Amino acid sequence: MAGIFWWVIFPYIALTIMILGLLYRFTFRQLTWAAPSTNFLEKKWLRIGSPLFHYGIIFAFIGHVMGMVIPMEFYQGIGISDHLYHIGAMWGGGIAGLMVVVGLVILLIRKITIDPVRIKATFADFFSVLALLFVAGTGTYMSIIYNTTVVAYEYRATIGPWFRSLFVFMPKYELMIGIPWILKIHVASAFAFFATIPFTRLVHIFSFPIRYPARSPQQYRSRDNYRGQHN
Amino acid sequence: MRIKAQVAMVMHLDKCIGCHTCSVTCKTTWTNRPGTEYMWFNNVETRPGPGYPKRWEDTDRYKGGWKLENGKLKLRAGGPISKLANIFYNPNMAEMEDFYEPWTYDYDNLIHSPKRENLPVARPYSEITGKYMDKPEWGSNWDDDLAGGSEIVPLDPNVEKLQEHIKMEYEKTFMMYLPRICEHCLNPSCVASCPTGALYKRDEDGIVLVDHDACRGWRFCQNGCPYHKVYYNWNTHKAEKCNFCYPRTEAGLPTICSETCVGRIRYIGVVLYDADKVKEAASVEDPQDLYEAQLSCFLDPFDPEIQKKAREAGINDSWLEAAKESPVYKMAMKWKIALPLHPEYRTMPMVWYVPPLSPIMNHITNEEELDTDGYIPAVDQMRIPIEYLASILAADDKEVVRKVLLKLSAMRVYMRGKTVGGIDEFRQSELVKAANTSPEELEEMARLLGVAKYDERYVIPTGRREMDDDLYYKQGTCSLEDLAPQEGVNPRFGMMKVRDNL
Repeated sequence: MAGIFWWVIFPYIALTIMILGLLYRFTFRQLTWAAPSTNFLEKKWLRIGSPLFHYGIIFAFIGHVMGMVIPMEFYQGIGISDHLYHIGAMWGGGIAGLMVVVGLVILLIRKITIDPVRIKATFADFFSVLALLFVAGTGTYMSIIYNTTVVAYEYRATIGPWFRSLFVFMPKYELMIGIPWILKIHVASAFAFFATIPFTRLVHIFSFPIRYPARSPQQYRSRDNYRGQHN
Repeated sequence: MRIKAQVAMVMHLDKCIGCHTCSVTCKTTWTNRPGTEYMWFNNVETRPGPGYPKRWEDTDRYKGGWKLENGKLKLRAGGPISKLANIFYNPNMAEMEDFYEPWTYDYDNLIHSPKRENLPVARPYSEITGKYMDKPEWGSNWDDDLAGGSEIVPLDPNVEKLQEHIKMEYEKTFMMYLPRICEHCLNPSCVASCPTGALYKRDEDGIVLVDHDACRGWRFCQNGCPYHKVYYNWNTHKAEKCNFCYPRTEAGLPTICSETCVGRIRYIGVVLYDADKVKEAASVEDPQDLYEAQLSCFLDPFDPEIQKKAREAGINDSWLEAAKESPVYKMAMKWKIALPLHPEYRTMPMVWYVPPLSPIMNHITNEEELDTDGYIPAVDQMRIPIEYLASILAADDKEVVRKVLLKLSAMRVYMRGKTVGGIDEFRQSELVKAANTSPEELEEMARLLGVAKYDERYVIPTGRREMDDDLYYKQGTCSLEDLAPQEGVNPRFGMMKVRDNL
């Protein structure tokens, strides 16, 4: 029963909150939708912490796509042995994880010690840093320490298929029941964290300006087609 | 040819008395909210001096504006790819200390202090942290009227360039005021720097605005603007900038800085330009050719062919009439006495400056016998060095500034001649030839620069509201409150939608 709650009901609730929250905020509260940079208030710490964290989390995201979204059979099909994959995952995931954790710790210290940054930070700002630190910390612990000292756990056979099954609405929750506790915590906390995204500064993830290189440098708009709305 | 209209400004620096009324009325109108304390959409700088923010002209540091690379126009701070790579940390952005930490005073203490031996004082405290600041050390006009003297003046990037070291001896110092607003450039680098495309140039009047709904606070516009006139609101995390008081100009009124200008130094008018020419003009090889290249973008509002094409482009008759009467067209394009600020940034700025005349430095022994042509060399001996003005207004091309100063001197000599005699001599003089002018032109100039009334200084056609979709519905709406849709937005769905036929 607990299995159904944690690996069926809970993820769907979390993702629903995330999607509806994002849609609501984008539609009605777009004025609050920004990447709330504190570059203006403090520069020295940000220079190290921010790129370290952000590039780390981009690598980590790519790693999760490789582990969760791409099926195990694909790697076997192109001739990457399980051993080779795990070495790659340990190094790649480990480095990315360390980048995220170290970056977050620097950003957290900055948030606490630099006066203007601390005073202007909201509860949500501290919450998202701490929550991310927890999720990233368990993940990094898994990649580096658990993998090498306990067992190189084959999550591509359990968590991967379960994760994909969520998106076809036939969740194979039974796959998740026997997985190591550290991974259960990592996955569950990650979904809980997803649910908070619409309410924090992290909405900026969804507005990475990927179309910038393709658009013309100068932008003209006229009053009557403000934001492209022709009536 | 793509004809567009631009609302532009000329500031006649000779008349600026440095009273900061423009800055104050602008601030109370637009930037008196938390997060905007340090923003001065309009500020008045004493030059020579570092300006606001400190050393904004230091393009090596802030990397604002454009540069030419293999004949192609590139953003100095890097193109889209390098911007996206630097999006997590912008190394070129100005920090709070380049502006100042905004502060106010604890006035409450003056009233509510308990009885003590010493008088209560109003201590300064930071408007960002709320903590007491023992000693504010810099502010937007800290160096007003050369205060700070020989310690502060050398921070001016234009001074660093001067070959002759500027003398700070009392008798030889010089200063001038430089009021600055957003330039509403023809080739704005802030717009090109915005990853989300939230900044845009308005089709109708060329005003550069920020779409606050679309702005994601990526903050590249702040240092992408070489004039440093886009500010980052630390409270809302959105960019804010001078909007040329568009609610006023749309109603045919001058901007608040112009309206309240004590010296009446500001002129606002419409100019027509060919948007297709802008890129080519901004890409000329030699920075000293940029001024002429920019002038080549503007179109003659009296040419019937241009008028016809402008009408086809949707520019209506009231705008075409205004373009003919435009003081900006007269001063910048026809008489060529107004110059763009730092044309070398290649942004094609649209706030133009008439350089100031200043006292002649050499001692003139017999002033009464100074003949008309004696004013020609005098231009080179004015207290404000031509090199300095050229560094600010002409990409170091002294000849451009010299011509303007000659014309302005010729105007003075001519107008004096009208009262004290000597007009005939003046007509034949070398000064008229050197200044490339005529008495008729000088007379017109003197009127516009000296005695022009409100409706000659500000020729602003009203916004073309006839294109609006539902004027009846919009009357009485206010974009600042959530009671009605924001101006210009007609929501198609949701709780804001009040009528079906929108």
